[in-house]
Amino acid sequence: MSAATLFNPTRQTRVLPGFGLSLGYTLVYLSLLVLIPLSAVFLKTATLGWSEFWAVVSAPRVVASYKLSFGASLLAAAINAVFGLMLAWALVRYTFPGKKLIDALVDLPFALPTAVAGIALTALYAGNGWVGSILEPLGLKVAFTPLGVLVALVFIGVPFVVRTVQPILEDLETELEEAAASLGAQRWQTFTRVILPILLPALLTGFALAFARAVGEYGSVIFIAGNIPMVSEITPLMIITKLEQYDYAGANAIAAVMLVFSFALLLVINLLQAWSAKRTGRNR
Amino acid sequence: MAAAGVLHGRADARRYENNAATREAPWVKWTLLGISLAFFALFLLLPLVAVFTEALRKGWVTYLTALSDDDALSAIKLTLITAAIAVPLNLVFGVSAAWCIAKFQFRGKHFLTTLIDLPFSVSPVVAGLIYVLLFGAHGWFGGWLAANDIKIIFAVPGIVLATVFVTFPFVARELIPLMEAQGREEEEAATVLGASGWQTFWRVTLPNIKWGLLYGVILCNARAFGEFGAVSVVSGHIRGQTNTMPLHVEILYNEYNFAAAFAVASLLALLALVTLGLKSFIEWKAGQQSRESE
Repeated sequence: MSAATLFNPTRQTRVLPGFGLSLGYTLVYLSLLVLIPLSAVFLKTATLGWSEFWAVVSAPRVVASYKLSFGASLLAAAINAVFGLMLAWALVRYTFPGKKLIDALVDLPFALPTAVAGIALTALYAGNGWVGSILEPLGLKVAFTPLGVLVALVFIGVPFVVRTVQPILEDLETELEEAAASLGAQRWQTFTRVILPILLPALLTGFALAFARAVGEYGSVIFIAGNIPMVSEITPLMIITKLEQYDYAGANAIAAVMLVFSFALLLVINLLQAWSAKRTGRNR
Repeated sequence: MAAAGVLHGRADARRYENNAATREAPWVKWTLLGISLAFFALFLLLPLVAVFTEALRKGWVTYLTALSDDDALSAIKLTLITAAIAVPLNLVFGVSAAWCIAKFQFRGKHFLTTLIDLPFSVSPVVAGLIYVLLFGAHGWFGGWLAANDIKIIFAVPGIVLATVFVTFPFVARELIPLMEAQGREEEEAATVLGASGWQTFWRVTLPNIKWGLLYGVILCNARAFGEFGAVSVVSGHIRGQTNTMPLHVEILYNEYNFAAAFAVASLLALLALVTLGLKSFIEWKAGQQSRESE
């Protein structure tokens, strides 16, 4: 078993059986389904040639899609950081009727298929929808504009910040706040100087997770976006558009750009999580 | 991500409210509560309610007709088949990955864990595209597959592959931290007392991880039922043949058949609610189990 020799477990752990089998199976399954298919994107891109690659990924319509995807995703993650923190705070610190139900429904964006979310949000924010019919007379068009993209991305990002901040907030010792209060700190000072620094790594992790998810999101966005070239097209849609035109090389090039970006973001998230673990470990 | 902590008990908030040092002025509390509940209602509750009201807008007869349509039924069937293949595959993988990562020490362990999480950071559209690059008409194996008359892309196998990819980490990422926390003393004791590897797994490990396992499975299942982007790329949208439920919703919606689109969507929304209900139940049971073992 070459896999077992490569990863060579330290000797004293050999009491339990099944290391070679489970690691071998894990590596084979992972390689066949994830690693080899993903590497196909880069190998195919490498055959494209630099100038051709650059022409695809820097075309004005594609660049406009990056701006929308990244801009709206950043903004959506920021909105979620603010309101997600408030929601996590309310769920941990306050008693109110229906709390258990609300706590469970926070995960709705994970459980509800994205296409369902997409058509529901479109129905709500279209001119004749419940929310749209209130906003449009005020001159605010949401559905079929970049604002609609933002709404969909806020929806799918809700659980990330709440679920990363909530456990840290629950583990927070009340003694810290009692000490701050007894030393004469105002409640707001206690929050900004004592609580927020402890929550910060988790809050940033949640922000980064929501951002990463939003950049790649497709299903919930395309219905409400209107998909107008140069205005409300997201980057994943550009891949679909290229595929529909049988432009595989073009789709591939954009996919390579997106993959490099997600891998970089994954690295950042891992570092943030390590920081978060260190920070909360130190405070325990 | 989805499961910050299956074993995380929810503490009673009254201990904060009855402590002068940990409570805010009433106006701060009510403002915070008001804003966060308004945010919740606007972004989570309203879309959910909209699915059901739109579905029933034209009455029960239209609703039931939309669901008993032949294309709808074949979409439901395909979705069930896809989930029935993808979920068990990732379940076996998850258990196997968690066993080697949680019970043994080896170099590259952290890196392997990161690789397992990789599919979560890939856009669903890219997840579909990679299989087109491999198995599509112009892909690496496209010529060979065509020569042997095997269809993967624009056929059911492609849909299953894309679904396996997007649901890949769910079970593993649930089990790895859980099994790491439980350590390996119990398994080692069983082995030393003469139990075989399988006996140890079935009698010792499985009872300990059953709630975490179930938790991973229902999340994996929810995503398998609902995946849209990845499946959309590989499906080819052939009505009655390669349409899953989410794709059927899209087709009906693009044909301006809103009532029917929302009718099929409401089934998926019901599944989402069942998933969330089960999830809460499992969190409660797992909390109970961890309290008993303490």
